[in-house]
Amino acid sequence: MAALLECVSIAKSFAGVRALAGVSLEIGAGEVHALVGENGAGKSTLIRIITGAERPDSGRLTIDGHSVASLDPSTARGFGIAAIYQQPSLFPDLTVAENIAFALELGGPWRRIDWKQRLHRAQVLLDRVGASIDPSRLAGTLRPPEQQLVEIAKAIGADARIVLMDEPTASLTDTEVLRLMAVIKTLRDAGAGVIYISHRLEEVFAIADRVTVLRDGATVGTHPVADVSTRQLIEMMVGRQLTQLFPKKPVPLGGVALELVGLSNLMAGVHDVSLQVRRGEIVGLAGLVGCGRSELAETLFGLSPADAGDVLVSGQRVNIDSPSDAIRHGIGYVPKDRRQHGVIPEMSVAKNISIASLAAVSANGLVQPAREFAAAGEYVNRLRIKTPSASTDVEDLSGGNQQKVALARWLMTGARVLVLDEPTQGVDVGAKAEIHALIGDLVEQATAVLLISSELPELLGMCDRIAVMRAGTIAGILPPTATAAEVMALALGHQ
Amino acid sequence: MTIVQGRERALVATIGVLALVMAALAPGFYSASNLVDLWLGRLPVLIVALGATLTVISGEIDVSVGSMFAIVSVVAGLSSKAGLPLAAVAGVAVFAGATLGAVNGALVAFLRIPSIVVTLAMMIGLRDGLRWATQGEWVQDLPDRFQWLGLSQSIYPLATGLLAGALLLALAWAARNVAAGRAIFAVGSNANAARLAGLNVAQIKCWTFVLGGALTGVAALLNSARFNQIPSNTGLGLEMTVIASVIVGGAAVTGGRATFSGTVLGVVLLGAIGPALTFLGVSAYWERAIQGAIILAAVRSYV
Repeated sequence: MAALLECVSIAKSFAGVRALAGVSLEIGAGEVHALVGENGAGKSTLIRIITGAERPDSGRLTIDGHSVASLDPSTARGFGIAAIYQQPSLFPDLTVAENIAFALELGGPWRRIDWKQRLHRAQVLLDRVGASIDPSRLAGTLRPPEQQLVEIAKAIGADARIVLMDEPTASLTDTEVLRLMAVIKTLRDAGAGVIYISHRLEEVFAIADRVTVLRDGATVGTHPVADVSTRQLIEMMVGRQLTQLFPKKPVPLGGVALELVGLSNLMAGVHDVSLQVRRGEIVGLAGLVGCGRSELAETLFGLSPADAGDVLVSGQRVNIDSPSDAIRHGIGYVPKDRRQHGVIPEMSVAKNISIASLAAVSANGLVQPAREFAAAGEYVNRLRIKTPSASTDVEDLSGGNQQKVALARWLMTGARVLVLDEPTQGVDVGAKAEIHALIGDLVEQATAVLLISSELPELLGMCDRIAVMRAGTIAGILPPTATAAEVMALALGHQ
Repeated sequence: MTIVQGRERALVATIGVLALVMAALAPGFYSASNLVDLWLGRLPVLIVALGATLTVISGEIDVSVGSMFAIVSVVAGLSSKAGLPLAAVAGVAVFAGATLGAVNGALVAFLRIPSIVVTLAMMIGLRDGLRWATQGEWVQDLPDRFQWLGLSQSIYPLATGLLAGALLLALAWAARNVAAGRAIFAVGSNANAARLAGLNVAQIKCWTFVLGGALTGVAALLNSARFNQIPSNTGLGLEMTVIASVIVGGAAVTGGRATFSGTVLGVVLLGAIGPALTFLGVSAYWERAIQGAIILAAVRSYV
């Protein structure tokens, strides 16, 4: 089998965080090669490097035996590489036909456009993927699964020899998935190489010839699918050594602080979530990207209000339609994207901490800077936030200390329920341990914590119970004695 | 090509109602001399707005067109006084506009400075630079052969009408049927997807500023030829009228969506409302308030 595409020791870091640490991969002509791994294992980054959307820091790409020095999206297209990204990348103001044309047509900027031919080709390709979408509709009016089908039509229309698919089935129905499988087989039989990323292992076994497992940005191994079992694959995906200890001291549990009863937010893809968190308890939320964990957190905090179900705080039914409702009922939320949503980087530590409790440091409707400063200083000491002073801008702090500032904000509001979304993502090991210790302190003071993390060892080490989400709802609740493989199996839907 | 689409129907209807009201209450509005005055007065806005439509489609904005208009007007006047033949004066005007546009475009596209900042700085800097260079003096006593660009006064409105019509049709056709035109829409609709599709986003954005500058040059040339002097404060506030017209014409300020026919309708509606009020005997102070209301109503009905 001749290698169509060869990646050798590809490494890539973003802002000092290592995404790929030397990945090697080889795709042959007429092969469907599956790529699996946990969240953050580096699959999407690898795809973006092969399509030229990102440049590797080191490593080598060989296409058809030619070593490729630098790749950008248009040269990658020239080599016959087409991709379906996890996030649809369509032009919302242009028609479906035109979106497809942008992926396929080559030629100078002054060439005439043949609209009839564009519409016709789009229709043919959409028929091939089994999508009943009018090619003259604007892409912005399509539902997410329809957008995904257009992406697929784009990729197959390019007659590409190397097709990369990053979670193409995430939003498709079963019939659409079957149709896609047939399309992939046609591509393979025509001699194309397909890289197929999916969290759905049954699809991997159904369609792939070989499977490569990535973990923490490195290749764990490549095997013919016939030689591995689901169980073995999951073990390879999670088989990380427990290098850190998570200092969760046993804390006596109090009454139920937060209860969700059949909570749904269909627009956000969350449905029928029922869950209890008691005082002093840490409940982990595990699940793969797109399972609805962050959306559940946003629903709970009123960022996108629920459309059905109840939220009870300390046994009282409460109505949460906005973040201010959530704050009033004692719920605090540290979002995933710290720099974008968690803290305000250009503002001082003191102002960041006090922003949700300005009334407490105000007199006659005016903020009293001295009181604000004193109150913030208290939290700086208590949380051991490393900052020259409370007036330092948050952007000058390290990631771990920024995260502590985000936490301090909710301690100041007196939140009794904290929702933490990936609180240790992108912080160094030392800061991580401190944040863990801090969460430990909080539950000792009878706070209830809902902890979202993609790092299974963290959840297993920190939590009293782990709720595993899949497809927008709770697939099961596991004790902390569960193994990573058990959590992963539940998240993937393989009990 | 420039088919009247859904969002433009409301504009056509509004203009139609206004036209009927004028026919019923103030038929003098339709006198030939008034219509010619109206046309020549709004011609610069129309031509600059065609260029601004391109910039807005690409997701950017250019508020420096008024200052560029002033500089090109003065440059055209001076070069015709210096004895350059008419064709050369025209070339100088278009080139000067394109060059200023290229400076804007390069700063926005390649240095990644937000276009509102770049063009605001250019708007102020060019305007005051011109004031300093001319010491506030007008360019006086333009040569006779520059007047009406060597045409007769009666043929000039028709000639400019044909030119503006040709520019409109060419731009509308190219924006729809030439790959480069579609690329502008793509860049404005989703710049990241455009990059993944292999488009050179910076270059495309830069070109829209160059084209916008060149069209501003054309507008300045056509306007200067109407008078025998050029005031140094010409084109003051032009950018606001232009952007307002483009928005009323249905453009999305976030980029990716606008039509040239819509822009023309926007220019017509905003341009006709003031003179119409005068004819109806309504105080001219209401003109701006009504224009503001039209802008809000337009944006409200498109989102």
